[in-house]
Amino acid sequence: MKKKKTLRPEGNPIVRFIRNNTVPIMFVLICAVCIPLSGFSPSYLLNEIVTRMGRNIFLILCLLIPIMAGMGLNFGMTLGAMAGEIALIFVADWQIWGIPGVILAMILSIPFSILLGLLCGKLLNMSKGREMITSYIISFFINGLYQLVVLYMMGPIIPIKHFSIKLPRGYGIRNTVSLLNMRQVLDNALSVTIAGVKIPILTFAIIAVLCLFVTWFRKTKLGQDMRAVGQNMEVARAAGINVERTRLISIVISTVIAGFGMIIYLQNMGNLSTYSSHSQIGMFCIAALLVGGASVDKANIGNVFLGVILFHTMFIVAPSAGAKITGDSMIGEYFRVFISYGVITVALVMYEAKKRRAKSLAGHKLAQDQLTEDKEAAQ
Amino acid sequence: MKKEPKDNNWSPSKLNDEMNSVLSTPEASPLQMAQMSPLRRLVASFGLPRLIITAFLLLMFIAAPFTGSDFWTQVSNTINRFSWNAVLVLAMVPMIHSGCGLNFGLPLGIISGLLGATMAIEFGFTGPVSFFMAIVISTPIAIVLGMGYGWLLNKIKGGEMMIATYVGFSSVSFMCMMWLLLPYKSPTMVWGYAGKGLRTTISLEGFYDKVLANFLQINIGTLSIPTGTILFFALLAFLMWAFLHTKTGTAMTAVGSNPAFAKAAGINIDKTRMLSVVISTWLAAVGILVYQQGFGFIQLYMAPFYMALPAVSAILIGGASVNKASIANVVIGTFLFQGMVTMTPTVMNSIIQMDMSEVIRVIVSQGMILYALTRKTKGGNN
Amino acid sequence: MTNTKSPLLEMRNVKKDFYGNQVLSDINLTLQAGEVLGLCGENGAGKSTLMKILFGMDVIRETGGYSGDILFNGEKVNFASPFEALEAGIGMVHQEFSLIPGFTATENILLNREPQRRSVLSEVFGSRLNTLNYKEMQRRSAEAIEKLGVHIDADMVINDMPVGHKQFTEIARELSKDQLKLLILDEPTAVLTEKEAEALLDSIRNMSRRGIAVIFITHRLHEILSVCDRVVVMRDGRVVRDVPSGETNVMDITRWMVGRDVDAAAQNEARDLSNEPTILSIRNLWVDMPGEIVRNVNLDVKKGEILGIGGLAGQGKLGIPNGIMGLYEAGGTVIFDGKEIPLNNPRHCLEANLAFVSEDRRGVGLLLDESLEWNVAFPAMQIQGKCLKKLLGGLIKWRDEKAITDLTNKYIKELAIKCTSSKQKAKELSGGNQQKVCLAKAFALEPKFLFVSEPTRGIDVGAKALVLEALKRFNRENGVTVVMISSELEELRSICDRIAIVSGGKIAGILPATEPSEKFGELMVSGVR
Repeated sequence: MKKKKTLRPEGNPIVRFIRNNTVPIMFVLICAVCIPLSGFSPSYLLNEIVTRMGRNIFLILCLLIPIMAGMGLNFGMTLGAMAGEIALIFVADWQIWGIPGVILAMILSIPFSILLGLLCGKLLNMSKGREMITSYIISFFINGLYQLVVLYMMGPIIPIKHFSIKLPRGYGIRNTVSLLNMRQVLDNALSVTIAGVKIPILTFAIIAVLCLFVTWFRKTKLGQDMRAVGQNMEVARAAGINVERTRLISIVISTVIAGFGMIIYLQNMGNLSTYSSHSQIGMFCIAALLVGGASVDKANIGNVFLGVILFHTMFIVAPSAGAKITGDSMIGEYFRVFISYGVITVALVMYEAKKRRAKSLAGHKLAQDQLTEDKEAAQ
Repeated sequence: MKKEPKDNNWSPSKLNDEMNSVLSTPEASPLQMAQMSPLRRLVASFGLPRLIITAFLLLMFIAAPFTGSDFWTQVSNTINRFSWNAVLVLAMVPMIHSGCGLNFGLPLGIISGLLGATMAIEFGFTGPVSFFMAIVISTPIAIVLGMGYGWLLNKIKGGEMMIATYVGFSSVSFMCMMWLLLPYKSPTMVWGYAGKGLRTTISLEGFYDKVLANFLQINIGTLSIPTGTILFFALLAFLMWAFLHTKTGTAMTAVGSNPAFAKAAGINIDKTRMLSVVISTWLAAVGILVYQQGFGFIQLYMAPFYMALPAVSAILIGGASVNKASIANVVIGTFLFQGMVTMTPTVMNSIIQMDMSEVIRVIVSQGMILYALTRKTKGGNN
Repeated sequence: MTNTKSPLLEMRNVKKDFYGNQVLSDINLTLQAGEVLGLCGENGAGKSTLMKILFGMDVIRETGGYSGDILFNGEKVNFASPFEALEAGIGMVHQEFSLIPGFTATENILLNREPQRRSVLSEVFGSRLNTLNYKEMQRRSAEAIEKLGVHIDADMVINDMPVGHKQFTEIARELSKDQLKLLILDEPTAVLTEKEAEALLDSIRNMSRRGIAVIFITHRLHEILSVCDRVVVMRDGRVVRDVPSGETNVMDITRWMVGRDVDAAAQNEARDLSNEPTILSIRNLWVDMPGEIVRNVNLDVKKGEILGIGGLAGQGKLGIPNGIMGLYEAGGTVIFDGKEIPLNNPRHCLEANLAFVSEDRRGVGLLLDESLEWNVAFPAMQIQGKCLKKLLGGLIKWRDEKAITDLTNKYIKELAIKCTSSKQKAKELSGGNQQKVCLAKAFALEPKFLFVSEPTRGIDVGAKALVLEALKRFNRENGVTVVMISSELEELRSICDRIAIVSGGKIAGILPATEPSEKFGELMVSGVR
């Protein structure tokens, strides 16, 4: 759309490439070591990865818009996931299955997502500068409300009829809601099998539409405003952009996409763990995005795809590779959890350290300039 | 569905410095106050969430006898839980004072404590000695980990809380591997069938189960008070209070209150912050040992994962803010939070025949943290 | 270039006070279309307040508005916000950059005014989903850059630009607004190189030719003379001169800027202390304080004197004490009482018995959330171990609350600090009393040498006199050497023995305080860069 010229300091391009892509390169190495050790066949691996791509990419894409608006990693995407789950519970109760069920759930999730997104956005506007920790706590807080609604209010207050999802005690939803009747309906429609690898064309098409949307969105007035707000709120405000509203909208959009993403995710899984499906989803999505080379203030669609492939390859092979190395399969399980958290920690530290380094570098350069100038003056 | 540890809750009470956060600008504050009605003023000075939680707890205590549960048993339970958790909450104080914010990295200190506990048992100590040795062994570990953690937090001033959270998570998941891999041999701790790898839960019977609690325990009817544990907490709280009255402690408070002022007065900010992180980490290590002796078990693997959140919300309920905290906040907060945890299941159960205590606890504690994070704070963080 | 039509801008009897503190009185000003007006005056003369009023800034309304009339294009206006001023055709380029760092020049020039295309989605969800018309954006930014007359790369990201180009981008943004009739440039050349400044002056002439009026605020007086049609000099909130630029010169303007009645200096009791030994010797000092950069400063301070450091804002006078006291990165040699003081560590300075009262009272000077006791006693406690009780043979250094209260009360009495008690929080005091607390903090260290930076900034007249009196007494009674930094020359002249003027980051000269104001004024603008 437009060329951007930059005057970066020259340097060895290979070194620069490695420095700018430390995390993805590390993951390529981990995967390179673990894949042979795991002993999985290539077709099995490929199948798994393609499945997981279909399952996760839509969800992860929801993170891009808040990053664009400078609000960091949206740990509050869990809110969208919960909205999606509530919609699925209703659809399951009404026994509407198949693709109509999925579509109905998506439509149904929108009001819930918007409501939660507005709440989250409002709170984040009240805590500028610490959006991430706040969105993280919001996800816990809303999880409490979610349990209150799903465990106690569904039944007596919110009509739930179908016995298969209601707890035997007469109110509340069972720990697991079976979505067997809509399991992989999207993935199987129009799916193609090439060399033993099942490719869910429809799911990928939906993802492609969302990618197009995100790309297009960057070029809209709203997208431009978000980028401006993300880089400097004060300047944006002085130029007449409504900063609070722009940030609010970015969170609402993210939450709605997360709601859709969760429904796609769950139709692939085929069942809904009412109280735990959403609890870790934010962490895994964020870790995957960061593995793809994104940072707290910069992410693109490429990061999402690369991240999903690398992160999930590691996720698939780690347990069995770990078992081969240490003789204990649990090691691999814990290893992949550790890596997920570790990668987020490293990304956060690098982001904060970069902010500080940029400041001190500017100072040093000034001092240097004056020194040379002083020397020249002295001569 | 319940993933959070079931043991920490609290409720709020009044805080003297709550006024500060209400009145963000000095000039405006007296004016604002004067314009408020008496009720609004009470709410403003006390903090609405704190008021609600205190009222809620009072209601619970009043309702308890009518629901058939024994009042004194309830009080005993509350005091017991208070004694288990108070030290963990106390661990929040130094980092808040030095301006590092809420220590979401508490699990790191807890891990030091767990290492101390398991090693003390591994080395064959038993009875009260094992408790003492657990503290001794965990101390150097806490200091080393605390220094590394403090160094990291000094590199990323302004972003402490989020990174602290993930340092905690990473260290817990790293230790999950270590519990399996470290060469522990003691048959009381390792899995029986494999002969290696620590169990998820280790009983402390024969080691330091209730060592503090049984010291001078008072039993009157259904009321029982774990005097020893409370005295131990009182000792640590006194030391913390005393530390804050020394030269170094004063410097720490000044660093948290205004780093630029402290720097201009010749204080080494990084060193002071580091010290606060080390103290906090060590208190977390001791805190988990005190918790274990009351609870009777060592919980490993993912158990320390969410332990920071209840401690954080307890001190906030007690009236602390992101950059102000006192010993009174710790005592009041822990008592209210634990009171809530103990009372809600029994009382709620008999009133509405639903056990909503878990959900209420989550909403209250997370809501409290959220409340603190969305308040405007001057200086300090960010 | 002047014409006979009704003026583009007319100000009639504009007055403004901040809580009873009169900062502008009876300003009358007219400006024709296409005219270039140079506005000069010392810091605090009221230039920026006047511009804020014209531009409808929030701060004016929040502090009670202004009186008098402003007519723009013959109509009486009172802008409720800068946006209304922009709409009416007034543009302003501020001293701080107001640009989005990661955007290109084009994107910044058209920030929030991007040409758009409608799409199906925008019909449904509103105009914010219009897509941007990049071609049109390129065209309009090119047009604005062309109007500017200076070449800047429209596709370059702001972050990668040299400082001067950032400035030009901002000006181009204002020029891209079709309705622009009046452009206010607030010290635009401060960050430019000679060549860039020259280009900017050309572009100002260019604008004037197109009929855009310009108000040009700068400290570089020769620029004003070369580009402006008229010069307006402000001092103490009044317009003291309004002359065609052809009829004046740098000397005159300087004199008008700083000149004052001769009586003011009469109270001065400057002493000649040139025979006293040198107590502080500064050699080749550089300080990296943003906006107050110091280069190659050499300065000797005599024992027992009060030395003033003056100069225009941004020339580096504040950098000197902040650098020596270790608050900003610095280099060079500082010898105090025969011993070299290591730089970049506040503790060494404090231990050597130097003290500093910062110009940033609320940011650096005070613990706003703590009691007066803490504020006064803290450095004395940390550096000199005062107000501490030693317990267990010195192992524990316990805060002695009673000693702290006594110490604080002593200074509350001595400096007449108005407070409810020594336990009151610092933030609850008025500005003048806060300043006294800062002084008390420094006095409590019982220093041999005291740096005081802008001690009277932002406090009312009565408090000013008290603060200056306290400093003088401290100097006379305790024999403490004082270096006072202030942008108010008359204030320096009233209590100092000698005054050093800083210009362009260097000492431009040192004169006895009894010299006439004009001499200092000449020094002030001598090295402006």
